Formats: sequence, C-alpha cells, structure tokens
Amino acid sequence: MTERADPAASAVLETSKADTPVLSLRSATLAYGDRVLWKNLNLDVKPGEFLAVLGSNGTGKTSLLRAILGQQQLSSGSIELLGEPVRRGHRGIGYIPQQRLIEQGTPLRARDLVTLGINGHRWGLPVTGRRTRQQVDRVLASVGATSYANVPVATLSGGEQQRIRVGQAIASNPALLLCDEPLSSLDLNHQRVVSDLIDERRRAIGSAVVFVTHDINPVLDKVDRVLYLAGGRFRIGTPDEVLRSEVLSYMYNTPIEVIRTRGRVAVLGAPEGYGVHDHLEHHIDDRWQR
Amino acid sequence: MIEMFSAVNAALFDFTDYGELLVLVRNSIIAGAVLGIVGGLIGPFVMSRDLAFAVHGISELSFAGAAAALLLGINVVAGSIGGSLLAALIIGLLGNRARERNSIVGVMMPFGLGLGILFLALYEGRAANKFGLLTGQIVSVDNPQLGLLLVIGAIVVVGLVIMWRPLTFSSVDPDVARARAVPVTAISITFMVLLGLATAISIQIVGALLVLALLVTPAAAAMRVTASPLITPILSVVFAVVSVVGGIMLSLGGALPISPFVTTISFTIYLVCRLIGWQRDRSGASGRRVSTKPVAA
Ligand SMILES: Nc1ncnc2c1ncn2[C@@H]1O[C@H](COP(=O)(O)OP(=O)(O)O)[C@@H](O)[C@H]1O
Ligand SMILES: [Mg+2]
Repeated sequence: MTERADPAASAVLETSKADTPVLSLRSATLAYGDRVLWKNLNLDVKPGEFLAVLGSNGTGKTSLLRAILGQQQLSSGSIELLGEPVRRGHRGIGYIPQQRLIEQGTPLRARDLVTLGINGHRWGLPVTGRRTRQQVDRVLASVGATSYANVPVATLSGGEQQRIRVGQAIASNPALLLCDEPLSSLDLNHQRVVSDLIDERRRAIGSAVVFVTHDINPVLDKVDRVLYLAGGRFRIGTPDEVLRSEVLSYMYNTPIEVIRTRGRVAVLGAPEGYGVHDHLEHHIDDRWQR
Repeated sequence: MIEMFSAVNAALFDFTDYGELLVLVRNSIIAGAVLGIVGGLIGPFVMSRDLAFAVHGISELSFAGAAAALLLGINVVAGSIGGSLLAALIIGLLGNRARERNSIVGVMMPFGLGLGILFLALYEGRAANKFGLLTGQIVSVDNPQLGLLLVIGAIVVVGLVIMWRPLTFSSVDPDVARARAVPVTAISITFMVLLGLATAISIQIVGALLVLALLVTPAAAAMRVTASPLITPILSVVFAVVSVVGGIMLSLGGALPISPFVTTISFTIYLVCRLIGWQRDRSGASGRRVSTKPVAA
C-alpha cells in the first residue's frame, strides 16, 4: 500500500503533510449539565503522530471522539480538522468504533466492509471498478485477511473482524485515524497483532492516530504522546512525562503509584478502569473509595 | 371421497378458458412483476435494518388508510399510501433503537387494524373489497391503477438505486458511515418513505396481512445462501417475482385469493434456501481460503 490509488485520499494526505496539525483543539470544554468532562483542552496532533487517550470509564474519551466527529457539540472552545472547523463526519477520517460485532446475517463479506471504507459514501449502485478492487485486495493483504476476504463478516471471530475494521479504517488512507478502544475484548495475542497493525499502517500512510484505550501497555512502545483524562482534569505529554506517580496522584487527588518494569506500566491505586489488568489494584481502589 | 377431491380440485384449479383469463389479468401479472422487483430490492435492506416488524406495522396502517379511502370513495391506493407514509414516518422519526421501534409498532399495529375494520364495517360496498385489502386479491387491475403502481414502483426502485451504496453503509455500519460524512439520518428517513410506498403498493395485491411474504421472505431466503451484496438483491428479486407472478397465475383458475399461493411459493423457496445454507454450513464451505503458509495469529 505504498502507492495511493485514490487521488482524493492522497490530496487529504498532501494537505496534512504540510506542517498544519491534522487535529487542533483550542480551549475545548465539554460538560453535560454541570458535570465537566474536560476543560480548556488545548491539543495539536501532527501528521503521523500517535496519541493515546487514557482514562477510566466515563472520563469522556468517547465523547472526545464524538466531538472530533462533529457529533457532539463542545460547551466552549473549538476543534479544527485539517485546518477547518469540524463538520458532521469527514472523508479524511478513518474510524474504528468501540468494538461491536457485526450482526449475524449481515449480507456483506469481509471485502465488502473494506470497500465501504473507500467508497461507501458515494451515491449509486455498488459497482466497484478494477482499481478499487485491487486497492481493497492490497488492504486485505496488509491486514493479513486475504484468506477470509470472501467470508461473510458476521461469521468471523472478534479478532478477525477487528482486523477487517482496521482495514476498513485505513483503506482510504485517512489523514486521521480515530480508534475507540480497538483492543477491548481481544486476547493479549490479538491485542498485539491489532495494535502492531495500526502502528505499521500509520507509518506506511502517515496518518495521525488518536487511540482511546484502557490499557497503555499494548501500545506503550508506539505512543508519541498521551492524553490522560481523570476527574475533570487532563494531562498531555510523553508517556514518561504523564505516567508518573506525582502526576497521577495529583490528577486523582489520591496517592497513586506508577511502576514501570520491563517495558510495562502498572498503576496502583487508580480508580477502576485504568486497566492494567491487575486485581491488586482493584482491591486497593476499593479501600480508598470508601 | 374422490368426488370431494375433485370438488376441491375444481375450487383450486379450474383451467378452462385459461388463455382468455390470462389476457384479462395481464395487468395483474405486470403489477405482480413490478411488486416482485420492488419487494425483492427493498427486502435485503428491511432485513439488515431490522425492520421486518416495522413493515408489519406500516402495512396495518396502510390498510386503515385504504379502508378509509374506500369509505370516503376516494382512490384506494392513495389512501393506502397515506396510511403507510404516516406510519413509516412515525417509526422513522421516533424509533431509532430497535426496542423503541418495536414498541411503537406494537402499539400502532392493533390501532391501525382496528381503525381499518371500523372503516370497512361502515362501508357498504362489495364484500370482495373488504377481504381483499387484508388477505389479497386478484384485482382486475385497470389501466389507471396499473399506471399508479408502475409510477410508485419506479420511484421506489430509482430511489433505492440512487442511495444504494450509502444506504448499505448506513444500514450495516451506521457509526462508521456517520464518521465518513454519510448523511445517515436523512438516508434513514428517505428509506422509510420508500418502504412506506413499497408497502402501500404491495397491499393492493397480497393484502396487508401478507406483505411480509413479499418484502421479507424472499430477501431472508436469499440471505441464507449468499452474503454477496450483489447476488443477494438479484436472488431476492428473482424469488419475489417468482412468488408473486407464480401466485397470480395459479390463483387464476380457482376461487381462492392469490395470497395463499404467493405465501406458499415464497415459503417453499425460503425452506429450500435454508436447507442449502444449512448443508453448506455443515460441509464447512465458508469461502475461506485455506492458506498454505502459516498466518500470524
Ligand atoms: N449525550 C450525553 N448526554 C449526557 N451525558 C452523556 C452523554 N454522552 C455521554 N455522557 C456521559 O458522559 C460521561 C463520559 O462518557 P464517555 O465519553 O462515553 O466516556 P468514556 O468513553 O471515557 O468511558 C459518561 O458518564 C456518560 O454517561
Ligand atoms: Mg468509551
């Protein structure tokens, strides 16, 4: 997939190649009623950058993606995508929704789902030219799905569907890849496969990646910066800058210990959902909550 | 015993003057073919949008509209379209989630049916018309009526063809479609309008209670044997046309209404497709290519 067959998609990439950020939030604040999820968020995501969004359940990670997709109005501030205010959706975006299995009986094969990622927005009958078919074949090969390209998506396993999802999201060479917990409900092996895939693809096509996740460990070696959301506060920086005991203790307003060992991060004492799969943490958490 | 059998046989099939009859009902057969095409094309979307129950609800309100039209002495097709569109828009605007939608349909359906029965009870016209709207009939479709069916059928088909790809996208994968700037909500409302129109014209032939045999069964059958987005609608159209036109032809000879024939043919096709699909699942012919090289995870 080094060549880019779709001129429109490459045009999106060309604009993003210039030093303008792909995504830019200015004093962005989101509150539901008087419950503030995040406030005065300033963030520029550069082309090719890998940003992990961390935070426990309900801290507004999905809401952030929805705001970027123009589906959620900010309470104040602004979001720009490729130098323009966000609209409802954008062709320069590839999106992997929070994992949801495709329903049984859906009349689509794996390759059809990927094809929709390229031309699903175009009016008319689903006739696909040779160029697009070849492009789809390349995408399927790049996500290792060639052998089940013609299998009904609904009959694929969760891990296989997730690969197809990655393929669909990258098929149009998006300038920005939004991934909402793409690793949840995958086993460790598939977590690695899928995160490697996303990383490898963003390097190949230069997309910026906003990667929402519970657990940073599967992507720790790929992440450029982390946006950590907690209790209405946030921190942005490299993993080394953000994933520190002092920083998280301040954010959660409770003693928290961050242990880095053998290339992994363990956070002890963070409220449930930070998601280093460590039972100890939940017990400690229980005690602190009461 | 034999006498009884031949009496039943005569009631079911009396093929004297078949050719003459055929000319007379030429219009019905054209109408049937059009309905088959419309139903076969819209069916896969009804399935993938999980709207089978909604179709049932729409058809009941459509029946009420038709009955009201009969009572008021205005065009029955127009009345039926009015009822359908009202129902389709209510479901489209209020029923975004499946459960919400089902409860709306569940509430609307008996209301529509009751209303329709009331209008029919008040109406003192030919009895044939009464049953026809519910259980179907060989309407001796006259030319203006056929014209109306053709025009509405064409609107539905053209509408579907124009929206086909984004409609597929937003039916199977609405979140991603929305992210890719597909106007999912507008498409959904437009689809409900087309579905309302398709239901309204189907009622004219197969009746309100049996619309599902046309809008759902053929697509469900097709989806048992293929997952190709191209072959599914083609098969579904073939199945629907065979059911309706076959049903009309078979009902010509007898005193029975057309609907039992249509439903029997379409149900048989469905059974056969299920069998084929089951056989295929069992033999493991899933379309997976067996790789010679080991694939990573
Ligand atoms: N449209 C909405 N209206 C009101 N509250 C909402 C809405 N969407 C989400 N919320 C609330 O905002 C919080 C953050 O939700 P979400 O962004 O989904 O969190 P996360 O993805 O980080 O788990 C949750 O408590 C959720 O209940
Ligand atoms: Mg979420």
